[in-house]
Amino acid sequence: MLNRSNITAQWAGWREKVGRVRAATRPFRRRIALFFAIVGPGLIVSNVDNDAGGIYTYAQSGAQFGNTVLWTLIPMTLVLYVSLEMCSRLGAFSGKGLSDLIREEFGFRVTFLLMAAVLVVNLGNVMAEFTGVFWATDIFGISRYVSVPLAAVLVWVLVVLGSAKWVERIFLAICVVYFAYVVSAFLAKPAWLIALLHLLPPHLTQFVPTIKPFVQVPAFNASYAVILAGLVGTTIAPWQHFYLQAAVVEKRVGPRQYAHTRNDVLVGSISCMVIVFFIIVCTAATLYVNGIHHIDNAGTAALALKPLAGVWASVLFAIGLLNASIFAASILPLSTAYVICEALGFESGIDRKFGEAKIFYSLYTTLIVLGAGLVLLLGQHAKTILLWSQVLNGFLLPVVLIFILMLVNRRDLMGDKVNSRGFNWVAWISTAAMILLTIVVGYTSLRELFH
Amino acid sequence: MELYATELLGAKTYDVQGNYVGRVRELFIEPAEAPNRVSHFLLSRGHFQPLVAKHNQVASAAAGKVELNVSERALELYRPNESWLAVQKDLLDQQIIDTRGRKVVRVNDLDLAEQRMNGNVELRLTQVDVGLPGAVRRLLQGVVPSKVVRKLQRQLPQSAIRWEFVNLIEPDPLRRLKLRITHEKLEDLHPADLADIMEELSASERQSIIASLDEETAAAVLGELDARLTTQIVEDLDPGKAADILEEMAPDAAADVLADLSKETSEELLDEMPGREADEVRELLEFDPGTAGGMMNPDFVFVGESSTREEVLEWMRGQDLNFDQLDTIVLLDGKAQYSGAVPVARLLLAAPEQLLGELKLEPLLSLPAEADDKEVFELFDKYNLRMLTVIDKDNRPIGAITVDDVVSRLLK
Repeated sequence: MLNRSNITAQWAGWREKVGRVRAATRPFRRRIALFFAIVGPGLIVSNVDNDAGGIYTYAQSGAQFGNTVLWTLIPMTLVLYVSLEMCSRLGAFSGKGLSDLIREEFGFRVTFLLMAAVLVVNLGNVMAEFTGVFWATDIFGISRYVSVPLAAVLVWVLVVLGSAKWVERIFLAICVVYFAYVVSAFLAKPAWLIALLHLLPPHLTQFVPTIKPFVQVPAFNASYAVILAGLVGTTIAPWQHFYLQAAVVEKRVGPRQYAHTRNDVLVGSISCMVIVFFIIVCTAATLYVNGIHHIDNAGTAALALKPLAGVWASVLFAIGLLNASIFAASILPLSTAYVICEALGFESGIDRKFGEAKIFYSLYTTLIVLGAGLVLLLGQHAKTILLWSQVLNGFLLPVVLIFILMLVNRRDLMGDKVNSRGFNWVAWISTAAMILLTIVVGYTSLRELFH
Repeated sequence: MELYATELLGAKTYDVQGNYVGRVRELFIEPAEAPNRVSHFLLSRGHFQPLVAKHNQVASAAAGKVELNVSERALELYRPNESWLAVQKDLLDQQIIDTRGRKVVRVNDLDLAEQRMNGNVELRLTQVDVGLPGAVRRLLQGVVPSKVVRKLQRQLPQSAIRWEFVNLIEPDPLRRLKLRITHEKLEDLHPADLADIMEELSASERQSIIASLDEETAAAVLGELDARLTTQIVEDLDPGKAADILEEMAPDAAADVLADLSKETSEELLDEMPGREADEVRELLEFDPGTAGGMMNPDFVFVGESSTREEVLEWMRGQDLNFDQLDTIVLLDGKAQYSGAVPVARLLLAAPEQLLGELKLEPLLSLPAEADDKEVFELFDKYNLRMLTVIDKDNRPIGAITVDDVVSRLLK
């Protein structure tokens, strides 16, 4: 029998039960909240990497060499993870940013020169991002004189007027748009099994008789080496390391929370590579198979997809490119301004007012204005901008990696959290390999430039 | 004559006969002897072991050139000494606390003043350069002539901190003792400013500062820090010290800190705390942080509704009351149940013989401990409250939520 009083009694009982459940799950909820508070920097930093320059390189490598470049993805994931993990560890155990540590351990002059290099290289990267905006909107027939300034204003307003937390959340949400690449790849209907097979080095798998007929072995020549160098150069960029370590410190990740961050970096590195995999498979299954081996820009890649995979593939490609470019264009100038101000002792942070951090905001604004402005001026040389920004990244990366390795192996900073021997081997070998690749790509791109 | 540390580092040194001895590689200060006097010069000589010149062995010091008043044989071999403060290693490029500007800054250069004694010259550290002139010197010294650098820096805006206002940060407690670094100057800062400073530092530096502050200041600073930092700091503190600090905190703040710790750690700390304080905090920990009970402070002032203004004031003077909780007074009726609240401002303006029951706020507001924090926010907003009483099932007041609890909760 239901009357008012026993409804009230039931209601009270129910409330009490909910209260008990809430109390019992409190530690669990706190852990989830902690996970989401700390998860992020690694995911952001590796995904911002799939920017305009990246998409161009991935599409080009897929078009030029088909599935035969896929085997590089696994070693690249390893190197990306190893180098980013070192930075997050440095941040968590020393509690200081990368540029702060370099300043404290190597002095003012070294820091200043490094920061000057970072500024130039990152300006190149910002220009590459605005080039991406220009290309993506070009597909929809919008003039670059409209789209690039609009994007610049959007990026500036988003970061300066929004609060830090809010901006980061938007970026994280936007990460989902990367699935545009996945959808695009599915619409292109590639041979999935063969693509997956090429994740293993074809140089080795060709000796397995049952697999041999499906494996395509790449011929190792100069243009193949350049593509490899380009892939590494766009995937592992110097600014990522500064950004990640600063974010780790900013989020107050300490030794206790470090395991979360390491997982975040791991997830970020792998998810970045998964997306690269889809872009390459997509272009390999469409352009390469149909004999289109040269892409003049990422926009061409999108246009080339049009007749093959229908109207949607190209639209998705353009949206993905636009998102990637704006995402990276919001993060790059900001992280550059942060890093330089921290290292040279100027006030920094988007939570400060303009008057409190003049140099920080001026640097940030200048990078955006100059980056967008130069792209407007040099729009017809867009491919050269992309090429140069990658070459510059490649030159700076080994230098930054050497600094990181020297710092992370210092016992007075890291205690027993210095690199293990195996980790050091992987790190130094990849640094050496990167120097080698940089020389190759530097040589070839300089030659290309002067021809 | 003003001199800069950058100009001295790398300076060629000659002995009394004019023979070249070596280059200045480091300047040391011995805080136990004199707080700002350069006491030793480290001279490197290529493959040979480095020498040390004492302050009374230096006849003159100028940019790029140091002259001694003894011969090379009189100098001692260098032996590292933990109680010497090294200018290059411990100061240049490191972070320090500017206690007057209340912020953390990075050292670009150091200004030295010469003082002529009989037969020798003493250098005293006068201020720390944190601005552009120091940066320019660090960048260009040794690359372009000193004169040009000096001319250039004169064009730039000065930004320096007097040595008296500099607080060094040294994570190692033993070394801190040897270098005579105290944090007395920090204790004079407002806890909120000190909390801002702490947020700029690394974990080990924060830890060292908290450990050296007195418990009362440490408790006030922890109350101002963001929750995650507070948790980290308390976890890493020695349990005895942590319990002493928690005891100084308001019970609701202490409960917030403990709620974020693991169960074992928080039990351990509660066991270290004195019984009464620990019990108060334990009771608060029973409440969900998202309810009125989780926000309230069990320390509040209550009096009977039939007492007069004069009686209440007399009684309050005799008590050791916490001003933070003295904004509003809770009234009890004859059955010790909640009957209202009187803001101190009303009490102030009332006649001496007026009864407190006549001064109470209308409408009568209170919330049960299980009420959701949203209800709390709504009441504060609707009635512009500064304090709200929390009651139990029998309508007895068990705690009070003040407006600062609400503000900090809303900003989270």
